[in-house]
Amino acid sequence: MDYRLSHLQQLEAEAIYVIRETAAQFERPVLLFSGGKDSITMAHLARKAFYPAKLPFPMMHVDTGHNFPETIEFRDKFVADMGARLIVASVQESIDKGRAMEEKGPNPSRNGLQSITLLDAIEEYKFDGCLGGARRDEEKARAKERFFSHRDEFGQWEPKNQRPELWDIYNGFLHKGENFRIFPISNWTELDVWMYLEQEKVPLPNLYFAHKRKVVNRDGVLLAESPFITLMNGEEYEEKTVRFRTIGDATCTGAVLSEAGDIPTIIEEVAATRQTERGARADDKRSESAMEDRKKAGYF
Amino acid sequence: MDLLRFSTAGSVDDGKSTLIGRLLYDTKSIFEDQLESIEQTSERRGDDYLDLALLTDGLKAEREQGITIDVAYRYFATPRRKFILADTPGHIQYTRNMVTGASTVNLAIILIDARNGVVEQTRRHSFISSLLQIKHLIVCVNKMDLVDYSEEQYNKVVEEYEQFSSKLKIPDIRYIPISALKGDNVVNESEHMPWFQGSPLLYTLETVHVDNDYNHVDSRFPVQYVIRPQSDSKTDYRGYAGRVSGGVFKPGDDIMVLPSGFTSKIKSLDFFGEELEEAYTPMSVTMTLEDEIDISRGDMIVKPENQSTMGQDIELMICWMNEKKLVPRGKYRLRHTTRDARCIVKDVRYKVDVNTLHRVEDDKSMGLNDIGRILIRTTVPLLHDSYARNRATGSVILVDEFTNETVAAGMII
Repeated sequence: MDYRLSHLQQLEAEAIYVIRETAAQFERPVLLFSGGKDSITMAHLARKAFYPAKLPFPMMHVDTGHNFPETIEFRDKFVADMGARLIVASVQESIDKGRAMEEKGPNPSRNGLQSITLLDAIEEYKFDGCLGGARRDEEKARAKERFFSHRDEFGQWEPKNQRPELWDIYNGFLHKGENFRIFPISNWTELDVWMYLEQEKVPLPNLYFAHKRKVVNRDGVLLAESPFITLMNGEEYEEKTVRFRTIGDATCTGAVLSEAGDIPTIIEEVAATRQTERGARADDKRSESAMEDRKKAGYF
Repeated sequence: MDLLRFSTAGSVDDGKSTLIGRLLYDTKSIFEDQLESIEQTSERRGDDYLDLALLTDGLKAEREQGITIDVAYRYFATPRRKFILADTPGHIQYTRNMVTGASTVNLAIILIDARNGVVEQTRRHSFISSLLQIKHLIVCVNKMDLVDYSEEQYNKVVEEYEQFSSKLKIPDIRYIPISALKGDNVVNESEHMPWFQGSPLLYTLETVHVDNDYNHVDSRFPVQYVIRPQSDSKTDYRGYAGRVSGGVFKPGDDIMVLPSGFTSKIKSLDFFGEELEEAYTPMSVTMTLEDEIDISRGDMIVKPENQSTMGQDIELMICWMNEKKLVPRGKYRLRHTTRDARCIVKDVRYKVDVNTLHRVEDDKSMGLNDIGRILIRTTVPLLHDSYARNRATGSVILVDEFTNETVAAGMII
């Protein structure tokens, strides 16, 4: 008898176990959903975890307002097809209410402000377990993250003193006002995600596939034309064939030159690439510990 | 493709980060922007060489002090296998993070500096690996370039380690002389050590046989979550979701639910609309039964002829992981499979001196990083096996009732 699972089956079984554990251990869990491929993978896994029942928790999009229109269109259809409930927490609203302030300077990003909106929404809805699609291979601070990651009442991560996490026994005990961030696909790589999406035939926003788009090269990051970007001296938009490796705030998510029009070609491209996917993220380029600093402040 | 989870441990400055850097670099798993970023940092700090430790030391505090505080996970692949690597800290202060990293692996690498031989942390890490029942251990005798690739020096270290490890319960221990800095026997065979007949490290990682590490004999299914769709068409559906923690289940099998003792038959094993012919560890599935019986999270589904032990008085080996010492007769929360309970520490049997592996019976105070044996009594029966028989049903964690911190890792004897 051959009782072996492929690496994708093992990763899937692990992620589903963690998602079910979240539903069982927390009173008010939520699935954070950005419309990117990792969120889509998470939503698909959650659907599998509870099938034939619906998700026992809502999905929440922390909306920076700086979206590619395709993302929102895709999000609404995807969530409707799942029969899930969607909460939209808006960064614009946080700014309007005076809870957050727009960054100054020529390249204002709302990436950092997301933490404020997220923490406010966690408080408003009393969420205690927030499922997210962060992966350890994305970034060096994320490589240190537990599956169940404790946040204090200020939403802060304390990386120097994380709870030990033994075997697959997860400690989600918390005090009132605290919350957990839970990362079921911690052990997946970018390539694993793509191989899984191909295997499962999950729909994806077409931003991930090669298309013609006007972009501007800023410090090596190809930013797409959008109303949220102000051109600086000498900068010009040029039309290129590009695709996105990650989808986030339009002001800081860079495109890559690519001809890959379907998932198998993307898999080939990802397998051969010499740059990490966050290499095109301007928000991570701000300083060496940009991600760690944001995570300490409540970023997911 | 196949997956291997492994960890690296060793004392501070045994060259762990260099080894990982070498493995990643030689398997082409370091990306250009990562390399660029650590080059810039190395340059800014005025280092004479490229500090590969910056690849895994992801926290600001780690880079400032040049030490590893917490486990970092790295991922790489060769055409033969995918690897998940847990790089664990060497400092004694962060042993709990080493245990965290090592608790999920198939294989552990222990590094020893060829010049210094076996030191206290070598013994501590080896003993913890043995406690965790890691079945495969590779001892890398590193920095061979600094002892002129001497076979004699290598044999001396191996002999020293064997004397100590004869008291451990690790079935498969292999030794490889390497130089992580120069690349000898890491990915490529060394030209400097023709006297070594074994394979380089990466080849060993690619080929070590780990399929038998799971228990495929004792069928265990801890119920994790009950699935009851709240829609009209599926109102009759009642599925028990969980992860198979041992053995094999098939539709039609007779089963028993513990602790109630009710019996039934498996109607189906479901996975996203598909009915499976069998489910085995570590699959996550949903089980339906022929009869309607009362089953909830924390119950264990087994075969009537092969039941797990049910009991409230439990002997444990523990690693204590908190600055606050274990309180004799203290009460703790306990988590075992999907079951929550409380427990009282009835007795500390002994502590273990990690250098000699001797029992210490005159000092029973268990503080941070101490290892020992205790007796607990639980509020509800635990449906368990010995850790040696089954990792998943033989492990528990203790949680402080006031701080909610995980204070101990426990392995049922």
